[in-house]
Amino acid sequence: MSLRIVVCVKYVPDATGDRHFADDLTVDRDDVDGLLSELDEYAVEQALQIAEEADDAEITVLTVGPEDAKDALRKALSMGADKAVHVEDDDLHGTDVMGTSLVLAKAIEKTGYDLVVCGMASTDGTMGVLPAVLAERLGVPQVTLLSEVSVEDGTVKGRRDGDTASEQLEASLPAVVSVTDQSGEARYPSFKGIMAAKKKPVESLDLSDLDIEAEEVGLEGSWTAVDSAAERPARTAGTIVKDEGEGGKQLAEYLASQKFI
Amino acid sequence: MAEVLVYVDHVDGAVRKPTLELLTLARRIGEPVAVALGSGAEATAATLAEHGAVKVLTADAPEFADYLVVPKVDALQAAYEAVSAGGSLAAVLVPSSAEGKEIAARLAVRIGSGIITDAVDLEAGDEGPVATQSAFAAAFTTKSRVSKGTPVITVKPNSAPVEAAPAAGAVEALNVTFGDKATGTKVVSRTPRESTGRPELTEAAIVVSGGRGVNGAENFSVIEALADSLGAAVGASRAAVDAGWYPHSNQVGQTGKSVSPQLYIASGISGAIQHRAGMQTSKTIVAVNKDPEAPIFDLVDYGVVGDLFEVVPQLTEEVKARKG
Repeated sequence: MSLRIVVCVKYVPDATGDRHFADDLTVDRDDVDGLLSELDEYAVEQALQIAEEADDAEITVLTVGPEDAKDALRKALSMGADKAVHVEDDDLHGTDVMGTSLVLAKAIEKTGYDLVVCGMASTDGTMGVLPAVLAERLGVPQVTLLSEVSVEDGTVKGRRDGDTASEQLEASLPAVVSVTDQSGEARYPSFKGIMAAKKKPVESLDLSDLDIEAEEVGLEGSWTAVDSAAERPARTAGTIVKDEGEGGKQLAEYLASQKFI
Repeated sequence: MAEVLVYVDHVDGAVRKPTLELLTLARRIGEPVAVALGSGAEATAATLAEHGAVKVLTADAPEFADYLVVPKVDALQAAYEAVSAGGSLAAVLVPSSAEGKEIAARLAVRIGSGIITDAVDLEAGDEGPVATQSAFAAAFTTKSRVSKGTPVITVKPNSAPVEAAPAAGAVEALNVTFGDKATGTKVVSRTPRESTGRPELTEAAIVVSGGRGVNGAENFSVIEALADSLGAAVGASRAAVDAGWYPHSNQVGQTGKSVSPQLYIASGISGAIQHRAGMQTSKTIVAVNKDPEAPIFDLVDYGVVGDLFEVVPQLTEEVKARKG
């Protein structure tokens, strides 16, 4: 039977742009160009490699987000994913990680899966907890933050490099994995891939398709509240000197004046 | 007084510094009740008591080491239920390590609570604890609350001072029953990271980092020599790590560690957004770079435009001389 892989991706404001909060303190998505989160490219890449190793596999790329989020799906399809699912609903605006994980879990169950692949974190929210929450909601093993991953005979294996140790992990499918930016460079879409992506199916779902009530998601359904967001004051301009042979000593002098030495 | 659960990060009974910082923050909100799991759990009690833990709940079982994350979630949930049954529980605090965040998030969804991750400060508020976070590569500071359930909050290292505050620290055995999902992900083997003898990157008071300008793995000895003269941790930019010059465990930036030391010294690092995200909240920032236009100079308190292979060794010698 075909190995069914679902890759969760996020459409995020470009991290090199001038990112801001909107008036309702959600992430402003209007003033900065959006794109597929860079860290999710690693997830798409590992899914493609797992699919290439399997005899028969199908990759569905899934996102929750506004109309423009289709761009992220299109990018993943052009890299080689087979089809896409887009959950889009006006009531989703302002949804936090708990709501997002609920929507993803329902969409994943509806799609059918053996393996869910996620990136290590989004580049906008940067929490890095969604894969663990997804595993909790789906009731399947969590095999997260992998620098290496492989699937064989219904078992997923991988290496997790932690703070104090490097661990070899193993779990039976179905499972949720997340991969780090150490898992291997993501491929660039080929011209052929970009053309092919235009013909690949993108299914649109809304909350009613997933039996989710509006109150369970969105800003109102959020289990956390942001009370204020302030731009960090610019650092006061420091002293810059040009090294004329005494740069190291000058720096030492400065560090001593600040009591670091 | 309300109680605050504090999840203890320890290695065989040696409590790691971020947990002691959590106790400082926990005391602002209520009475800290610590939860220590795994081998050496009971040995944590003396240190935790010294820093304000009124109670230390402990549990040890092979499952904590043999399976990923979920056994610890089962135990923390048992602690949550035990403490909330006996009175009022104000919050659950967990150190913001990769594993800590996963444990906290799974607990939050189980108990129907909101979660805040990577707080850099915490205060008591009228509607529950208020967490300060950095957003968008630390360009913004936000204040947030959990609006549903018992707040679950993970806190980054270096977010509060370690304070002595002697308390009872009575050890109580925590009764844990593992669920059927606890053994889902097996830890087949574990290779401890070799100790460098230097302070932990996220906990260090001083961090010395090298980037593209270091130009080779062998040249990192220049960075390490400066770090050792200052008793500092060594960091590396993504460019240096991607080039294979330094281990990923030392990467500072969005996809590596985020650090907030008293002093950050950047050598041969241009200061791209990916790097700034991980060090922008450092108290004092110093940089050495050949390029006067490098964006890192926009962040610095003191910068030297020059060749790091001239400036850094001279600085190292000077530090050694001054320290005698």
